[in-house]
Order: sequence, then C-alpha cells, then structure tokens
Amino acid sequence: MVDPRVVVVGAGPAGVRASEILAAAGLRPTVIDEARRCGGQIYRQQPENFVRAIDTLYGTETAKARSVHAAFEALRDRIQYRAETFAWNVVDGQLHVESGGAKAALPFDALIIASGATDRVMPVPGWTLPGVYSLGAAQIAVKAHACSIGRNVAFMGTGPLLYLVAYQYVKAGANVAAILDTSTIAERLAALPALTARLDNVFKGLSYLRHLRGRHIPIFNGVTPVEISGADGKGVTSVSALRRGGRRLEIKCDAIGLGYHLRAETQLADLARCAFKFDLSSRQWLPEIDEDGRTSSKGIYLAGDGAQILGADGAEIRGRLAAYAVLRDFGHAVPDDTVALLRRQLHRIERFSRGLARAFPWPSKLVEALPDDTVICRCETIRAGELRGSARLKGAWEVNRAKAFSRVGMGRCQGRYCGHAAAEVLAASAGVPIEEVGRLRSQAPVKPLSIATSDGAIR
Amino acid sequence: MPRRFIRLAETERQTVSIEIDGKRSQALEGDTLLIALLSNVGHVRASEFDDGPRAGFCLMGACQDCWVSTVSGKRLRACSTIVVSGMQIVTDRSEATWSTRV
Repeated sequence: MVDPRVVVVGAGPAGVRASEILAAAGLRPTVIDEARRCGGQIYRQQPENFVRAIDTLYGTETAKARSVHAAFEALRDRIQYRAETFAWNVVDGQLHVESGGAKAALPFDALIIASGATDRVMPVPGWTLPGVYSLGAAQIAVKAHACSIGRNVAFMGTGPLLYLVAYQYVKAGANVAAILDTSTIAERLAALPALTARLDNVFKGLSYLRHLRGRHIPIFNGVTPVEISGADGKGVTSVSALRRGGRRLEIKCDAIGLGYHLRAETQLADLARCAFKFDLSSRQWLPEIDEDGRTSSKGIYLAGDGAQILGADGAEIRGRLAAYAVLRDFGHAVPDDTVALLRRQLHRIERFSRGLARAFPWPSKLVEALPDDTVICRCETIRAGELRGSARLKGAWEVNRAKAFSRVGMGRCQGRYCGHAAAEVLAASAGVPIEEVGRLRSQAPVKPLSIATSDGAIR
Repeated sequence: MPRRFIRLAETERQTVSIEIDGKRSQALEGDTLLIALLSNVGHVRASEFDDGPRAGFCLMGACQDCWVSTVSGKRLRACSTIVVSGMQIVTDRSEATWSTRV
C-alpha cells in the first residue's frame, strides 16, 4: 500500500504527539498550526526574545511543556511544518489553508484535527466592557506576554482554570482582587470519588488554593453573578454577585477574567461532515468518535480538546491514539500493547474529567435570570430579549432558526463565545431540553478570511 | 482611557515606536499589536453596534473582537499581529455604526 498523505491540524499536545508517531512510521505528515511556535494554548511559548525561565511559565507542568516542545523540534526534518497557517475549510478530501494572504488546498488521505478548545462563557450584564477578558486570555497575557490584564484583577466563573490563572497572577506579582466561583464546595465534594482518578491533579489544585488563601485572596463559592459595572473613559470598575444566602457582594476591580471551563473547537469536524452527539457530562455537542478518535467520516480523525475536553495529558494520549488509528487503517503495523495501555490511561482521564464537570458545573440555570438587555452576542450586540423573542414570538427555538431571526451566532466569532449560552437561553425560553435546541452549524471559512486572499502558492 | 495592561516582567526588550490616534507611543519588540496598544491605552476600537469601546476578549484569535484599523484603512487582528515600528493605529474610528437602539 502506498503511504497515505496525512495532514495534522494543530501543534498543541495532541497534534505534536500524533505527528511524532506518524513521523516515526516514516509518513512525513504535514502539520498546520495557526501559532508562530508549537505548544498550543496550554504549552504556548513566549516570543523568542523573552528571557523568563521555562518553569516561570509552566510551573508544575514544566517537564510536560518541555517534553512536547522538544518532541516537536526533533521532528522538524521529518514533517512538513506550516506555522502561522490557518485551516479554514475541509471539502472533498482537501484541507483549505491560508497563510500571509496566500491560500492552498492540501489533499489528504487522513486528516487528524487537533483544534483544541476555547473558553466557555456565560454572559453577565457588562461583559462587553473594556477590561473583561476570557480566563484563557488572562492566562495568555501573563504567560506569553508577561502582562497583567489590569491593575487589580477579579476572576469569575468556574473550573480548574479559575484557580490556576489566579495563582499564576499572584505568582507573577499581579494584584488579584477576588475569586468568584459559581460552583459550591458541596458540588466539589460530591465529585471527589471521580476526581480520585487523578489524585496528583487534586493535590495540585489544593496547593494553588492554599497559596491563594495564604496571600489572603478573597474566595467566594456558590455565587450568582449579577453584573459588571463600568464608567465612561475607564472600562470595568467593579463586579457584583450574590453570595449564598442572597447577600450582595461588590468587588472593586479594573479587570476581570471570566470563564466556565472549556468548549471544543469543532468547526472543521463539522465541515468534514462528522456526526455529533450531545455530551450530557460537559453539556455540549461533541463529534462522535471511537476510542481511538475515528469519526463517522472516512479519513477524518480527532484528537485533543477539540474532540473531548480532557486537558493536556488527555490530549497527548488522544494524539497518539489517533495516529495509531491512521497507521492501522492504512495497513501499517501498530504496537497493540502500547495502544491498549494508552486506552487504559485515557479511561482514567475521562473519569477525572467527568468529575471536573461535576465539581465545576456549567451554570446553565443562570440564563433564566439574565435581564432582557444582557448582551448575548458580543460581535453584533444582540441581547437576551431578542433571542427570547425569537423563541417565544416566532416559535424559532432551534438554534439555527433562531440565528436566522436574531443573528445570534452569525457574527465574526461564529458563535464561539455566545453559542452555548444562546442555546441555554432558547431552551429555557421554550421549555425544552437543551439537546433539542440543536447545534449551530459551522460555516467556512471558520474564521474571517480576507477576500483579497490570492491563489499564490504559500511560501 | 488609561492603559489597561500592566507589564510584570520582560521589560528589557528593545522599544518599538508606533502611533496610536496620532500620538507617538512605545511598545516592546515581540509584543503583539494588542499588547502594544493596551499597554498604552484602554481600548482598541469602537463597537460598530453602538455599545461603546472594546479592548479585545480572547487573545487567541478566536473571538475577533480586536480587529483594529490603521490610518490607511487596513484592518489587522491585533492579538495575532506582531507589532512593527511605524504602525499607525486608530482606535476610535469604526468602519460604520449600526445602531441597535430603536
């Protein structure tokens, strides 16, 4: 059998480990990545002229970050690496990419999509004010750019990232005003049995918490966000929430990191016509994959958080499994013992991630109390009331139908930052289960592309 | 609006000179355009939908909230563009404004 042409999208932990296995089998995969340097978001590298030591950036994860970066560097002459290249469509066995205004179509026999995840956001009145950033953004500012997003930063939302980023801010010398977590301690305790699947991670989380408490950072659990306030010419000035029991809390701050765990980047899988299913644990639509990452579309494989939110360690495993699946499907020998071991490791991480979803649940119920004038779509400033109107007055509670009426999900981010909340608003308005409102269809190009993009060959 | 981002380290880099709304401003080599702007000013653009200034949101090229204009009208996604000496950015000119209030 002739060696298959394999393209890998993404050079984060999943893409790097997939490429490593493919290169070891002599396949010379093409690796497409939007970033300038490998590592993905989790192991994102600082610019070349920065001097901070690597353990300043990655803390307890330094060895893993170093290993992923080194593995990729070692592949350079055995893969075709296209950095700063954007994969914007998949049609008929070709991946369409763009770089520096030039475009190309890459034919493939197998495509491994390791597109990662972005923050999942629950809107709150005032979240479009200057000074409000996603938690991931807050982390990128401090890790990759050595900047704090403000002079006095509050963190609101839920999930392990909430505490990790706050900890990283304190470590880097930034002022942290408070941490406002919508999840409760009871929810975290109830999740403990599942979380014991990875005790090392539990202890890491507890050590961040201990460090934050040691620095007297106020931490509030089980809060209900009320609003982010601002002033003309200033941006954010404070954040308000209700404490358990109903007392109102106001934290003065000039910046906020906001996020509720992650959502998978699934647009390319959707354009490749992969079947999706609603994942009740993480309350989001995910592509259907087998345990090695095969999708319902022949030749399309998924790995990393773009397939299932498992975090960086799970991404490395899923990357390897997807590469072995490609090798097996194209007639190469595959080490069965290794694959079996990876699958067992994956199951443990899946159990842990279900625990995380229970410990830090997506607070879907919050949409019910969002005032009608709360902006849901930040691209086009479309408010909750307009979306509710499309569900109630026009009977359009299916997300794509509601998008046609309200334009929620049609803006430049294509629903990345409003889609999950919009679906919850529609489900709550119409009184139907969330899975019944459906899933926003992806459109190419998956991010804005200049119409001037030329036919010239890339580099 | 006062500068939004505070530099915590890596301040020994070469400086890069840019113009923000006609005012000469300093950034550092290796900054993205977004970092360069927000370490000088408090926002990067005006929402075309009439709800005030914006200062980016995701920093990873996903939200598309930091597309800024140059003096000559070229559009740049600030979080994924590396700052270059001599860039001239305007933060208050929106391509158009579509009011969302009736």
